Amino acid sequence: MYEIRQICKSISQKKVLEQINLTIAPGELQIMLGPNGAGKSTLLKILGLLQKPSQGQLFINGINALKNPEKVKHLLGVVSHKTFIYENLSVYENLEFYGKMYGVNSLRKRILEVISLLGLELYVHERVAYLSRGFQQRLTIARAILHQPCYLLLDEPQTGLDQPATHKLYQILEQLKKQGTGIIVSTHIIDKIFQYSDRLVILARGSKVFEGVSPQEYSEIKELYGSYIKGV
Amino acid sequence: MNIVGQFLAIIRKDLQTEIRTKEILSSMLLFAFLTVVILNFAVDLKPRVLREVFPGFLWVVFIFTGLLGLNRSFKNEQENDCIYGLNLAAWESSIIYLAKTCSNLFFMLIMEVIIVPIFFIFFDLNPPSLLGIFILTIFLGTFGFTAVGTLIAALTANTKSNEILLPVILFPLIVPLILGVVQVTKGVFLNLPLESWSYWLKIILIFDLMYFLVPALLFTYLLEV
Amino acid sequence: MHWLNWITLTVIILANYLVFIWVPLEKVMGAVQKIFYFHVATAWVGFFAFFVVFIFSIFYLITKNERWDRYSAASAEIGVVFISIVILTGAIWGRAFWGQWWTWDPRLTTSLVLWFIYIAYLLFRSAIEEREKKASLSAILGIIGFLDVPVVWFSIRWWRTIHPNLMETGGKMAISPKMGVTLLLAILAFTLLYILLMTRIISLQKLADEIYRLKEEIRSHWI
Repeated sequence: MYEIRQICKSISQKKVLEQINLTIAPGELQIMLGPNGAGKSTLLKILGLLQKPSQGQLFINGINALKNPEKVKHLLGVVSHKTFIYENLSVYENLEFYGKMYGVNSLRKRILEVISLLGLELYVHERVAYLSRGFQQRLTIARAILHQPCYLLLDEPQTGLDQPATHKLYQILEQLKKQGTGIIVSTHIIDKIFQYSDRLVILARGSKVFEGVSPQEYSEIKELYGSYIKGV
Repeated sequence: MNIVGQFLAIIRKDLQTEIRTKEILSSMLLFAFLTVVILNFAVDLKPRVLREVFPGFLWVVFIFTGLLGLNRSFKNEQENDCIYGLNLAAWESSIIYLAKTCSNLFFMLIMEVIIVPIFFIFFDLNPPSLLGIFILTIFLGTFGFTAVGTLIAALTANTKSNEILLPVILFPLIVPLILGVVQVTKGVFLNLPLESWSYWLKIILIFDLMYFLVPALLFTYLLEV
Repeated sequence: MHWLNWITLTVIILANYLVFIWVPLEKVMGAVQKIFYFHVATAWVGFFAFFVVFIFSIFYLITKNERWDRYSAASAEIGVVFISIVILTGAIWGRAFWGQWWTWDPRLTTSLVLWFIYIAYLLFRSAIEEREKKASLSAILGIIGFLDVPVVWFSIRWWRTIHPNLMETGGKMAISPKMGVTLLLAILAFTLLYILLMTRIISLQKLADEIYRLKEEIRSHWI
């Protein structure tokens, strides 16, 4: 269980997040919906232990993540807005490096597994700098799931991906969910991903304005979203 | 988590990147070599005077050349915010500091191994008789320089004007180290009596120890913003 | 703090009276010796200001309270101004006694190195936009920079003993009780000035923050 308690964050005296409470259970896919500037990325950075909140607490499987980050860091897989991949290394070398950092067992086999999962076979030894944004994003996702994290945090993971790749990503997420991974995805578009989601959280101006079971129909979601956010 | 494994993985990654891009070593070597040549044109000294000022030349070249490497060392990490991904994967932030210091030290030592003989050849000097202490001094001086330099490079990497700020911040900090290593190198070169320069090793060691331990402790604050 | 202004002003006037009228002229050096009171007093305040940066930097890293970062910044600014005075008065002193503007005297050289370190500190601060980042990173620099002070001091003293010269001995003078009292009051005057300047800078910072906050508020009404 990933518990988020009363998270507040101000950046340069500007309140970005106010009193956010959330719970992500294993085997659950949550979608965080919100317009630009709602604070989605900042919240995900805090959940990914990339930034410290100004106030509030995080508990991952009962462990205080802000006090003992070293005990829980490896349980997280993060796809942030930035890719965290080294441009001058090849696809394989990037995965090999992160695999070694996380101490992944039978690394070579696992790397080949995620490479084929994300359709990167043709670019295994290509330098990342030569890859298109879409393929870099695929590698980023591969990097995030490489060490089989308990919780997967994705910030607009569809960025740069084409239709088939997006579809493939959703399939991967569904499969991970079945295997018991807790997943949270932030997005500002309403698309197929809602078919797989269990819960929906709507964020606006740094506050959680809605939380509940995710509706399946696009029209319902849009209506719900529109009732909280003007001009959708 | 395997601390040693992570430490080695980061160094290996830095070496891989260097082998791929040849950015750091090639520019350092060429720059150092060029400076040796320019120094020969700029000052035309009698052998006796040359032996006096040579240690100063040597360290000025090392420092300016080292700056090139330090400025580059966090460039790859800053691209795509890799440093944060790295920090998330690393058991402790200090591992990143230790590994980056080691890879910077490694690049500088390689540069020095090649440049010192070139120095001797181009200035027509003989290696000192106390070769062991000469090498030890170069090692200790380079270690102190990279230890504090890696921290400052990590700090300035967060600014836009990092290439200018790095030397501006680093140079005043390394004043004691430079005084020490130049004195010892000079003592070794001029065959001065041991007691007239050996106490400088104390300053060098204190500097090395302090600027290795304190940054290792503080590095976690650098990455947690 | 109204009363602080008046106390500071009174002590400064009193200190000036002691320096220029009350204390007798030094026999060998004459009137130029009076620069000594300003030189030593500003040096004390300068070093103290940097020590404050060091302490507040540690406080900031522990508490993450933005207040300590603002105090560090203010103290560093004042410290740089005072150390600049130290260097200037030191140069004038050197000119008067040894006939040259600059001597690599340990105190003067240490001041110069400190001046460079804290100018760099202020430059570094101005190069980072985001507040929290600026605070954390410059706190690290504030700690690292001050740790260097004793090492710089000892290394420069050792370095000077290699090049012994008459200047070391030429600058010495016997301090009479009256001179001691004058010096103490001068130090007190500059310390009070330091505290006064700190409160001024901090209240300026608060006003700047307030303006920033009001701007943000207006903006949020418009959106």
